[in-house]
Amino acid sequence: MPNAVLAGIEVEVNDEGFFEDPTQWTEEMATELADIYGVPTPLTDQHWTVLHFMRQEFFEKGTGPTVRKLGKTSGVTVKELYQLFPKGPAKLAARVAGIPKPRGCI
Amino acid sequence: MTDTAVFPETKETEDAIKKVSIIVSKGSLEEIYPGLIMANGARAEGIEANLFFTFFGLDAIHKERQDHVKVATVGNPGLHIPTWAGGLPGVSALMTKYMEHQIEELDFPGIAEFVEMISDTGAGVYACLASVDLFGIEEGEMVDFLDGVITVGEFYEMAAGGQIIFT
Repeated sequence: MPNAVLAGIEVEVNDEGFFEDPTQWTEEMATELADIYGVPTPLTDQHWTVLHFMRQEFFEKGTGPTVRKLGKTSGVTVKELYQLFPKGPAKLAARVAGIPKPRGCI
Repeated sequence: MTDTAVFPETKETEDAIKKVSIIVSKGSLEEIYPGLIMANGARAEGIEANLFFTFFGLDAIHKERQDHVKVATVGNPGLHIPTWAGGLPGVSALMTKYMEHQIEELDFPGIAEFVEMISDTGAGVYACLASVDLFGIEEGEMVDFLDGVITVGEFYEMAAGGQIIFT
């Protein structure tokens, strides 16, 4: 299992770079991850809304939300999601939010 | 400094698909959804996507028809019912209702909502000029977020440099 050092702390990630243990994540790490994945920083309030919503959904349901779910319930529209995370919101936001890769076709 | 080697997706790989243009040419529920799922899925992966609706596929972007798309019950061996039974009155409606129920259970969007969501993801949504002329469809009958009614030549120009998927 490769380890990454984010915000000075060693974290475990899987082969695709997703967190093995989402509880290791901190907001400082999110900023670093955003830089790594080319999401413009500083992150905006809307970015944070999405990231916290994703983590909340993950801890409640065991899996990150789909883009549709995000668009319907996070308070950020689908259009905005694609502006915030242009390289594909669900997966990219999951990476930055420190949760496992969401699996779903829609 | 973070070692980015453990984050493999920060590197662009050469064989990664970067752009898809998906043609939806048929008008039954089971033939419209796959194209929509592929377009939406492409955008979710950060792949550029265009949807091109032609012939009966135009029903998916026809305001009055898009939420009344039916499952084809005749000549559809995948349904595992005899062809003669598929043609009986009400069978298509019943099958459609069943399928719609399943789709809702999975929390998948209906066609109208789905196409609009795909447009919101930044995908292009286009209608085929020849088909629009053939069926006598007015531009106002189609969804408001339509990006244009285009010719096949314009479609190829738009699809340049990417993959074309015909459904």
